Amino acid sequence: MGMTLAEKILSARAKAPCRAGDIVIMPVDLVFAQDTTGPLTVRQFEALGLGKLASPSRTVLFLDHAAPAPSKELANDHRLLREFARRTGAILSEVGEGICHQRVVEDYASPGEVIVGADSHTVTAGGLGAFATGMGSSDIAVAMALGRTWLRVPEGFLVNLKGTFRKGVLAKDLVLHIISRIGADGATYQSLEFMGQGLKGLSMADRFAVANMAVEAGAKVGLFPSDETTHSYLRARGREKDFHPLSPDADAHYVNSLEVDLSQLEPMVARPHRVDNAVPVEEVKGTPIHQVFIGTCTNGRLEDLEIAARLLAGKKARSRLIVAPASRGIFLEAMKRGYLQALAEAGAMLVAPGCGPCLGVHMGVLGDGENCLSTANRNFQGRMGNPHAFIYLASPATAAATAIKGEITDPREFL
Amino acid sequence: MGKALRVGDDISTDHIIPGRFAHLRSNLPELAKHALEDTYPSFAQKVSPGDFLVAGKNFGLGSSREHAAIVLKLAGIKAVLSKSCARIFFRNAINVGLPVLITNTDAIDEGDELEVDWAAGLVKDLTKGIELGFGRIPTVMLKILEEGGLVPFIQKYSNLELPGG
Repeated sequence: MGMTLAEKILSARAKAPCRAGDIVIMPVDLVFAQDTTGPLTVRQFEALGLGKLASPSRTVLFLDHAAPAPSKELANDHRLLREFARRTGAILSEVGEGICHQRVVEDYASPGEVIVGADSHTVTAGGLGAFATGMGSSDIAVAMALGRTWLRVPEGFLVNLKGTFRKGVLAKDLVLHIISRIGADGATYQSLEFMGQGLKGLSMADRFAVANMAVEAGAKVGLFPSDETTHSYLRARGREKDFHPLSPDADAHYVNSLEVDLSQLEPMVARPHRVDNAVPVEEVKGTPIHQVFIGTCTNGRLEDLEIAARLLAGKKARSRLIVAPASRGIFLEAMKRGYLQALAEAGAMLVAPGCGPCLGVHMGVLGDGENCLSTANRNFQGRMGNPHAFIYLASPATAAATAIKGEITDPREFL
Repeated sequence: MGKALRVGDDISTDHIIPGRFAHLRSNLPELAKHALEDTYPSFAQKVSPGDFLVAGKNFGLGSSREHAAIVLKLAGIKAVLSKSCARIFFRNAINVGLPVLITNTDAIDEGDELEVDWAAGLVKDLTKGIELGFGRIPTVMLKILEEGGLVPFIQKYSNLELPGG
């Protein structure tokens, strides 16, 4: 019987057949932590007493979640990570360089690799065919020290895509649609694998946005095949040698499957306080929105800023509007292309490349009773720093249209 | 023996320990004072060492922050009982020596006196006079749990290979 993408990647790396349900010890090709999970990772690493990193050039510490530091405690956590990197030879990604998951797909991850990160959205790199998954600080400390991790080979859940998006419908709408259908535990510990003729129309930015939210359905990984789109992306980044094609076997066994016709999708909005509480924009149209946030590892990419800039150009945002490009590279390119100019003229506050207000640390904490529409991946109660606020999740197009009118708005009104 | 502290379905790691306390993550005893405060405001006052946190389905969904498992343990929680559990949290909990027992928690109410028979794989609700079987913890995780967590496990064995194969 054939293999799923997850089984194929793990079998190739383990140099032995890996089947769903097997417990395996895997070599790790890249291991990383960020500034809110890294300090505990460093402490656990020290406690292991094994001394050195297994592979300093493939160990990265990202300062992105509270960057620049909003408090003395977090500034000292940054110092701890800088000192650890200096001492061990690990790579340090400084404040302002961008979100770990975006930096990983830009410069580090390749198809077929096994990647572990101390952040649940590590699954993002599945967009280019890497078996990338989030773990806690202890597991990451062990992976840093041993260059290996243990895992249970996940069962496959096939999402078969057909058709193409209609105007105003984006990858975020697709993933919100999927999660609303299967639920926040609909793919618990499974490998969510995206296949079908509909893939042809999905850019790498689209694939990263979808893979990023695989964990919001409980998945271990969200995997796309590595194809010509992946090839072009790596070539454009000067990493052509990192490309190799990957796809599941035609007779792979999946324990579950779902068909999605992209041409039937509507712009979607996830209502408070659950990611799987998503409905077509029509059902929540007119809800007043005090703050709009465009950014994060889900939707802070160049394509996201482009569509937001296109909608907002020449207009004035009625909602407070915060924009955080996902990396410095994206910030610079968006500046060169005039997107940031258009956004700033529309009233946007441009903040440092990084996680911005997504996790409730700083740069846009909400007031009691306020509504925020965000392009992020989570709307749990308290997520953005205030348990008495309400978070709606949507695409960057819906976010831009909403900012213009100050209430939840169908982006097709402006396209 | 300990008492049941009840929460509902889909308690995320943001509910367990919100991101707004990120500045306390290098001060775990202080961080633990804020465990569950948005969803169960009296938790810190009510919890005593040896108590059980009893949840519905999909407990611990969301972020990979191991701090979520640590603060529950530091608060005195002996084990989490839930109908199902998000897998990053499940693994983190075992890694810090906090057992998560998967069982049908519907019959357990706030304040019930609970006891776990580890060998028999049973949760006993002494208040209700009922016994509930819990799912087997995978062998590799049981070994880690027996050593008190992943760090002590590696301190002892220096690698991930299971003792005896």
